[in-house]
Amino acid sequence: MSAPAPGIGLRWRVVPPAPGRARRLVDRNARAAAHYWWVPLSGLAEPVFYLLSIGIGIGKLVGGIEGPDHHVYRYAVYVAPALLAASAMNGAIYECTFNVYFKLEYAHVYDAVLATPLRAVDVARGEIITALLRGATYSTVFVVMMAALGDVTSGWAALAMPAALLIGFAFAAAAMAATTYMRGWTDFDLVNLVMLPMFLFSTTFYPLATYPRWLQIVVECTPLYHGVVLERSIALGLVGPALIGHAAYLLVMGLAGVALAGRRIRVLLLS
Amino acid sequence: MISCVSPRTSGELTVLGLDPDRDGPRIRARLGVVPQEDNLDPELTVRENLYVYGRYFDIPKMALRERIEQLLGFAQLTERGGDRVEPLSGGMKRRLTIARSLVNEPDLLLLDEPTTGLDPQARHALWDRLYRLKAQGVTLVLTTHYMDEAEQLCDRLVVMDRGRIVAGGSPRQLIERHSTREVVELRFTPGETERMAEKVSDLADRVEILPDRLLLYTADGDAVVEALGRRRLEPLSVLARRSTLEDVFLQLTGRQLVD
Repeated sequence: MSAPAPGIGLRWRVVPPAPGRARRLVDRNARAAAHYWWVPLSGLAEPVFYLLSIGIGIGKLVGGIEGPDHHVYRYAVYVAPALLAASAMNGAIYECTFNVYFKLEYAHVYDAVLATPLRAVDVARGEIITALLRGATYSTVFVVMMAALGDVTSGWAALAMPAALLIGFAFAAAAMAATTYMRGWTDFDLVNLVMLPMFLFSTTFYPLATYPRWLQIVVECTPLYHGVVLERSIALGLVGPALIGHAAYLLVMGLAGVALAGRRIRVLLLS
Repeated sequence: MISCVSPRTSGELTVLGLDPDRDGPRIRARLGVVPQEDNLDPELTVRENLYVYGRYFDIPKMALRERIEQLLGFAQLTERGGDRVEPLSGGMKRRLTIARSLVNEPDLLLLDEPTTGLDPQARHALWDRLYRLKAQGVTLVLTTHYMDEAEQLCDRLVVMDRGRIVAGGSPRQLIERHSTREVVELRFTPGETERMAEKVSDLADRVEILPDRLLLYTADGDAVVEALGRRRLEPLSVLARRSTLEDVFLQLTGRQLVD
């Protein structure tokens, strides 16, 4: 076999423009995912199970529940947008903890990537974009399911998917940054220790007023609470300027996460 | 530091005329890197490994497809193109890693102990590939513990000891400067070695006493062997050979183990 002919390369060796570089990693992830086509099935099925079990099952026991506007809603209508927010969080965290940790510590994917024109921050962005694309698929299916089950009451629900993306962005970036601090697989139990109470207590299943004031303050500080309020307000058509505050919380969290994750990957791999 | 993945500690450094601190991505676009441990992408097939890597360099898809077939041929992996990376043998993974490092037609190829852990067939196959690249004008920078590898591949080499350069030059220059042309290795029955060393010390430029044998450094090995016969010294074994880089390396860095 003859060696590859030299000379034709020079044309190619341009550095990809910055936004394109993160996309190259997204392409890589898409190719890898194609070998594991059945993995998204669980991500798609999970929220459907929630909608059916909690919305319909528990909803039958609970009956109606008073919304933020003191209007009484069917329980499924009340809880579905909160489950959408929680599933956006779960999907983002899963993608950016387990998957990223495997690539970081075991597959050494990023070591190879950083020997190319891609930079540490491109890796962070690429992984977060991957998480968002996967999250967008799940959220779309979820919103369609909500509509099919008659849990959508307002045209504002069209914004439910973009809001889920924002929630996904915030958690994906934070999870990515957290993963760079992981010392081993057992540390992922700490992630669950944070996620589970947030899922249960962030007014997912009942209103904030249920809690004593001090616990309300704690809940109001957690990110999922802001996601839940955002999704529920949108789904119920209770859109007002207050939502900007909730959205801003998630946006700042996401941007801070990207910056920290990029810096940490640089420290971990480029020293 | 050369591949712009570690910050430089001190001093001046330019790679391909560029500053690694400022132009990292531009420099890396023209480099090929073969790390000590293969870091192929285990979630992708052989062909996808090359494709995805090529796309990191923004190589257009059409040109890349053509290039990949060339590289698979070069690495003798055409039949394994659709397989995952994990079941490949060590030699195959190494060849794929080298093929991957060539995807962007690098001007400078960095190889970190490229043949460590490979069987002799795989080593020779790799050397052959690297030699062809050199012939095409690609600059190879490689680190190795194998002196025969350095002798085969290097035009210029430097010997490093504890992070410092202790000698530099072509393999031939280094041998001329730091060793004799030939070496005679003598084995005696254990316990006699030191006594024998005194009897032969005048026959060579330098005699090195090892626990199990004597090394006689000389310009003419055959003459030493003849002289031994005349003195009726009868070692258990006699081996006259040419000096190698290994002799130079041990001479320069000592025989103690460095951990």
